[in-house]
Order: sequence, then C-alpha cells, then structure tokens
Amino acid sequence: MVTQTSANSPAKMRARDVSVFYGPKQAIDSVSIDIETDHVTAFIGPSGCGKSTFLRTLNRMNDTIASARVEGTIELDGDDIYRSGMDVVQLRARVGMVFQRPNPFPKTIYENIAYGPKIHGLADGKDHLDQIVEKSLRRAGLWEEVKDRLSDSGTALSGGQQQRLCIARAIAVEPEVILMDEPCSALDPIATAKIEELIDELRGRYAIVIVTHSMQQAARVSQRTAFFHLGKMVEYGETSDIFTNPREERTKDYITGRYG
Amino acid sequence: MTEHTVKAFDEDITRLRGLIAEMGGLAEVAIQESLQALVNGDVELAQQVVERDKKLDTLESEVDKLAVRVLALRAPLADDLREIIAALKIAGVVERIGDYAKNIARRVGDVEDRKRFDPLTLLPVMGEVAAEMVHDVLTAYAARDPVLAREVIQRDERVDTFYDSIFRNLVSYMVENPATISSAAQLLFVARNIERIGDHATNVAEMVHYAATGEYPPDELR
Repeated sequence: MVTQTSANSPAKMRARDVSVFYGPKQAIDSVSIDIETDHVTAFIGPSGCGKSTFLRTLNRMNDTIASARVEGTIELDGDDIYRSGMDVVQLRARVGMVFQRPNPFPKTIYENIAYGPKIHGLADGKDHLDQIVEKSLRRAGLWEEVKDRLSDSGTALSGGQQQRLCIARAIAVEPEVILMDEPCSALDPIATAKIEELIDELRGRYAIVIVTHSMQQAARVSQRTAFFHLGKMVEYGETSDIFTNPREERTKDYITGRYG
Repeated sequence: MTEHTVKAFDEDITRLRGLIAEMGGLAEVAIQESLQALVNGDVELAQQVVERDKKLDTLESEVDKLAVRVLALRAPLADDLREIIAALKIAGVVERIGDYAKNIARRVGDVEDRKRFDPLTLLPVMGEVAAEMVHDVLTAYAARDPVLAREVIQRDERVDTFYDSIFRNLVSYMVENPATISSAAQLLFVARNIERIGDHATNVAEMVHYAATGEYPPDELR
C-alpha cells in the first residue's frame, strides 16, 4: 500500500487502512494517506474510482447514507473522527465542504455567511458577526463584488460568485480542513480561474483537499496528487512528479488518456 | 504502447515521429555523402549536400509547428509530454547535425593534393561511426528504447579517439611540410565537425533516455 508521510509538516488528517462499503459492495479498499495543511491535495481518477467516497469519509458525510460502512481509522489532529461520542456537527465545522454545484441557502448573501457562525456560537454580537461576514467574503475574493448588496439573495449571484459564496460560507466557521468535490465543474473558465486563484490564496491557512476530473486543474492547484482506481489509491506523491513522471503504469495510462 | 482514447492524438504523435525519422535519415545521408565527396573531390556531390540541407530546415520548422500544436490542443502529460518536448529539442539538434555535414561539403573544393593525406581514409570511417550514432539514436527515439540510447552514448568515445588520432596526424603533416597547412587545416575542421556530430548524437541520446524513462542516464555514461 502506498503511504506517504512528510517529516517537516505534521499531518492534519491521517487515514489508515480505510475501507468503505455500500452494503456488500466495497467502494474503498484500504487507503492510507496523510493530509497536510501546507499543501493542496488533489484526488484524481476515473468516475467510480472512489475518490469522492473517500473525500466524504473525511468529514463523515457518508453517515447520511444508511448502507455505508467505514473501516480503518481517520484522525483529525490525532483524534479518531469515527469514535463514539464524536460530535459530527462540530466535526463538519472543522472539516468544511464545498460541493460540485454551488448550493447557497435561499437567503440573503449576508445570512448565507452568518448562519454557520450563529449556530456554532462563534459571533459575539452583531458587530462581530458583521466582521466575520466581511472577513469571510474578503478571503473568498467576493467582498468587492457584493459589499453593496449583502441583502440580495445568494441565489441571485452568478454561478462562479455562488461558488465563492459557498467557500466564504465554509470559511466563516473557521474550519481547519476544506474538502472540495469538483468545485469548478459547473463553472466557466474565468470563474474557474478565480476559484483556483482563491484555492492558492487559502493554501497554508487550511488543509485543502480537492476532487477534480480535470487533470490540468489538479496540476494547476495542487502540490500533492493521489490517483485512485477501482477503490484503491494507486499512487500518491508530488503533483509535479505525478504529471511528468508517474511511477505506476495505471497512473500513466490514466493521465495520458490511454485509460479504458 | 496502449493507444490513446483520442485517436487524433496518436496520429499527431505518429506524424511527429515520422518527421523526426525523416530528418534523421537526411542527416545521416548528408554525413556520408559529404565525406564521400571529400574523399573523391566530388564538388558536384558536395553541392547537392549543401542544397539538400534546406529540406532539413523546412522539416525542423514543421516539427516545431506540430509540437506547439500538440502542446496547445492535447495538453500531453507524463511520457507523452516528455516525448513531445524531446521531439522539439531533437529536431533542433538534428538540424544542427545537418549544418555540420553541410560545412564539411563546403570544404571539399578547398582540399588540394588529397592523395598525400592518410587521414582521408580515416575520416569516412569516423564519419560512419557518427552517422550510425545518429541513425541508432533516432531508432531509439522511435522505439522509446533507453538501452539503445545508452549504447549510443558509450559509442561517442570511439569518435573522440578518432578525432585525437586524426588531429595528431594532421599536425605532423603541417610540421613536416608547411605547404600542406591550408589543406590540413581544412581536414582538421572536417574532423572537428564529425566530432561535434558525435557529441550532438550523444545529447539526443540523453533526451531519448529522459523521454523514455523520466530519468537522465547515469553520469558515468556521459
């Protein structure tokens, strides 16, 4: 099994021998990986390879699927996130998620951001909440575009703006890890470039994991890439190595378009 | 090698390899014929070598255009990427090898009293070793064969040995009889050109090795 640890940067999340089953069907087979804050990690692989399934184990999103069962251990700062008594709501605040299609709440732009900090009790009064909203929108690169229309509906924004709103919403609860499941697949190239620029700016502040079907996007935004195939992690390493000189034949066939 | 899902990509790569092979063939013939012309004092053949060099220039620019197009449209990765980059560089080097052959051809009319020079029998042998290096290194490129590439690198030593011996030989002519200096100097340049062709073939071999394996050949070979 391919496992990689880095000596100079402690892992934010540590997965060991993780297997996932949907009923009798095994979707993930014994994956071990360290996720670090200093790097953006990309998961690539063909449809059905398990990359999204594995991403969702990192904040227990698979709990919502009744037949899903997870084996192995996943730790966040050394704490097993599947242990009994783990507060899953709190976990998902620490490990935020951005989805394929932007999914703002049907509320104002302001409320979209303020909702999380309010329910998690992070805001100390209205002024503080205003600050959190502004800071989150600034970090998501959206503030200048929406500061005069915070009471407009979040759904009135363009697709790219909505996705940055969702990132701002994830940021607002001060997460430590942000999971992104194909965050640009519904966006045009300019909106995509803005998200990629944003990911680069957020790097180092949060551990970021991105699932993407675009090899070029993985190459552009990540420093570590993991290639998944048939539920296994085939290869994990520095992005520049994976795309110029992959070690595994299956990785090479996939990234050069010889798969299947 | 498994085919790409996008067949046009395979066609582009095949075409690129074809262009490189064609360039290699022309360069190889140019080396052989320039030396044949030199030995026989055949100015007409020499002129043909000079003329045909233009074809190499044309092919090089075709490789450039195709490689840039493939990079832009197909965004190749891994071994494909390494191969396209290698093709781009190899085309430049093979064009340069053609220039050396052309340079040899241009000197044909400037060598007088050719019968007195022993090196005239050695130069074509040396040229044959260099031409074979060019031939084999492009075979290695087409087959993505790192073993053959390494073998070509090792052969450069033979070219260097020839050069040293021809150099000493020509210098002794010049010392003994100053009347030979002009012609001997021309032959010295010819030997030097062949030696450079060997170096360039070695460079190509290193690129082929990298394209095929992702690693440069070990230092002790270079």
